[in-house]
Amino acid sequence: MTVPRLSSPEELAKLSQELSSRRDPNSPCVSICAGTGCLACGATDVVSAFKDEFEKQGLKDKVGLRSTGCHGFCERGPIVVIDPEETCYLQVAPGDVPEIASAALNENKIIDRLLYVHQVTGEKTTRESDIPFYKNQRRLVFGPNRKIDPQSIEDYIAIGGYRALVKALFEMTPEQIIAEVKEAKLRGRGGAGFLTGVKWEIARNAPGDPKYVVVNCDEGDPGAYMDRSLMEGNPHSVIEGLLIGAYAIGSQHGFVYVRQEYPLAVKNLGIALRQAEERGLLGKNILGSGFDFHVKVHRGAGAFVCGEETALILSLEGRPGEPRPRPPYPAVKGLWDKPTNINNVETWANVPLIINKGAAEFASIGTDGSKGTKIFSLVGKIANTGLVEVPMGIPLRDVVYKIGGGIPGGKKFKAMQTGGPSGGCIPEKLLDLEVGFDELTKAGSMMGSGGMIVMDEDTCMVDVARYFIEFLTEESCGKCVPCREGLRQMHRILDRITKGKGREGDIETLELLSETAQEASLCALGKTAPNPFLSTLRYFRDEYEAHIKEKRCPALSCKELIAFYIDPDRCKACLICLRKCPTNAIDGAKNKIHVIDQAKCTNCGTCLEVCPTRFAAVQKLSGVPVPPPIPEDRRMILRKSKEDERRPSAD
Amino acid sequence: MSDVHLRIDGKDVRASEGMTVLDAARGAHISIPTLCQHERLEPYGGCRICIVEAEARGQNKLVASCVHPVEADLNVRTRSDRVDRIRKTVLELLLARAPDSPQLVDLAAQYGADRDRFEKDPSFCIHCGLCVRYCNEIKKLNAVGFVDRGIRKEISFIPEIASKECNNCKECFPLCPTSYLQAAFVLLEALAFPSASPRPASGKTVA
Repeated sequence: MTVPRLSSPEELAKLSQELSSRRDPNSPCVSICAGTGCLACGATDVVSAFKDEFEKQGLKDKVGLRSTGCHGFCERGPIVVIDPEETCYLQVAPGDVPEIASAALNENKIIDRLLYVHQVTGEKTTRESDIPFYKNQRRLVFGPNRKIDPQSIEDYIAIGGYRALVKALFEMTPEQIIAEVKEAKLRGRGGAGFLTGVKWEIARNAPGDPKYVVVNCDEGDPGAYMDRSLMEGNPHSVIEGLLIGAYAIGSQHGFVYVRQEYPLAVKNLGIALRQAEERGLLGKNILGSGFDFHVKVHRGAGAFVCGEETALILSLEGRPGEPRPRPPYPAVKGLWDKPTNINNVETWANVPLIINKGAAEFASIGTDGSKGTKIFSLVGKIANTGLVEVPMGIPLRDVVYKIGGGIPGGKKFKAMQTGGPSGGCIPEKLLDLEVGFDELTKAGSMMGSGGMIVMDEDTCMVDVARYFIEFLTEESCGKCVPCREGLRQMHRILDRITKGKGREGDIETLELLSETAQEASLCALGKTAPNPFLSTLRYFRDEYEAHIKEKRCPALSCKELIAFYIDPDRCKACLICLRKCPTNAIDGAKNKIHVIDQAKCTNCGTCLEVCPTRFAAVQKLSGVPVPPPIPEDRRMILRKSKEDERRPSAD
Repeated sequence: MSDVHLRIDGKDVRASEGMTVLDAARGAHISIPTLCQHERLEPYGGCRICIVEAEARGQNKLVASCVHPVEADLNVRTRSDRVDRIRKTVLELLLARAPDSPQLVDLAAQYGADRDRFEKDPSFCIHCGLCVRYCNEIKKLNAVGFVDRGIRKEISFIPEIASKECNNCKECFPLCPTSYLQAAFVLLEALAFPSASPRPASGKTVA
């Protein structure tokens, strides 16, 4: 099927009007989240169940059905939202579908059991936007994900897509666009937070032809997936931003560097590019403006360092992804030595917003240094895992408690790790910190690309530092010594400390290695790599000292520094732990108090998990010697049951 | 090329645009230690031993002099507590890999680096890349290259090329700051093309 090519802004406006009038806001429509998270929870089956059910109940023409990108509330997927009431059903299974289809759509009934239930108050919420997770967000960039099928350019055009491009191409000069982006004070969402408008200006003014623009979708932080979800859920917003940037910079060639491990993002991006080209929004003489622009997709092989812009450039050129020294900066000398402007996915997606609404409105959100919103992936020990978009300046406490719903299991908050592996840990006492580039950096962490990992009291901060340094050691490209050799030694020392083999002077050596990596590494990976260590040392030094001096893990987490012990006064000889112990390390019998043989115990913690809470006989110990097992002759429990009374016990 | 005036260790130095700080310093007879630099090769910036303090527009930062371009009014200090401390740490890190490299041992003496500071893990190669880059940039043969990535990266001769080219060249051997390159070559030769350079069998004297 060929679609008519749009050759003027008027034609686009007409199409947009036509499409949006077809989307009656009052007619019912079912939106099913088909982002990667929900797909993993079975969204595909839910979608096909809806299709079957609509067929069966004859609802096909009465009710709209839309598979959308990620809605963000990944903790409770698959998510189904029914408009216009915005009724939100969570953790929907294919079995629920007939009921949803008939009840909700025919009789306008609400299915109670699928609604959001507040974990503390038990209160139920029907409307999606009333759920606390959503209510406290500001979803400017991520919001449209819910309203469109990412594989349909018509959906994007219907909600006003490519209007910013028209404004940029026909009402603004490149200089005006750059001035607008500068005035909006948009800063790069990929990590470094450089002012996007300034970067564009440098690339525009740099001599050299052709010029290139690049979308960096090489998101590699463990646990972070906001770029993936944007690319999967709303690829046209990224393409539109890229087009505007390219026009402003004077580039006719764009690249999207996207991870091969993001198959759905690659697929939806490919579809979006093809559709945009068919519609005349990409290619030659876009909308009759005379502006030509072509995009190529490059799939990255999954090296974390290729998110660093100079390494990304080398990788695009087909060479090993190793950073090269800056200056010269890519804006001056980048891909094939030509001026190249690289921005992160989220940065590009912010551009249409700025052009549509104007810099002033954009800059009215946020702090002095950080404007607009930022998408974070909120993960770890948090009740509501998911993607959240919040205005800059929001206190971290609100993200954790109002949006995140606090820490599950009644545990205490300990720290929040922000900024990806080379970010830092922010302690409880700084929870009122406002989210912003400079604010987070001052606290010893960073914005990074927007990872937020919440940690509770059971998390050992030394072990956290060890984990992230290990990740970065593995991901070091190996070119420069402070990173390659320095991180390796840092990891070794941290590993030793968590194993109870820490030595006097280790902290100082780690500090020296941190200084060397920060000051002397070639690229940002090495320069920021010591952050996990430095920030945990800054706020949790006592934990390092306890590990080194007392061989004690205060969080009772480091396996080699803890021991499990059964309190003989509490053990009821119920046999549960004894049977579950995978190494048969527990001695005992019915009515005979159980004792752990420390030599056989591997500290797996199964006994602690299975011991009934009413007994709570198993304890974790650290830094203290395990009490000797009680003597064999005192292990029998005398039960005062009727039988026992009749039959006196052996002793 | 226009002239650029800068200061290195308090000395006024004239350099031309496009030069690196290291070039400018050497031109003014100021020595900066290097491990991965070679005058005939493109600057690499890998070893970081040539780090210097560079002050420009009120900002003082550490830069690798072999890759950092000169700019007007740059104020460079090639020695300071900070610079020396980092050079010492870099040397100590490398000595854990190649404890007996004469070049490293010499520099260690200058900077008071302790060769036993870090747990030894001798790989002998310090990844300066001189052999790889020389073979690629000057000889255009690519008989030796890096394989694998990151902390597992190592140099390796490519048997198909090395068996044909290396015996007549070996120009990279003296560039290696350790004896690893030669060892790697001998090992490869023994395994992959033993007939290329016949050796006397044991017990027999060379005729």
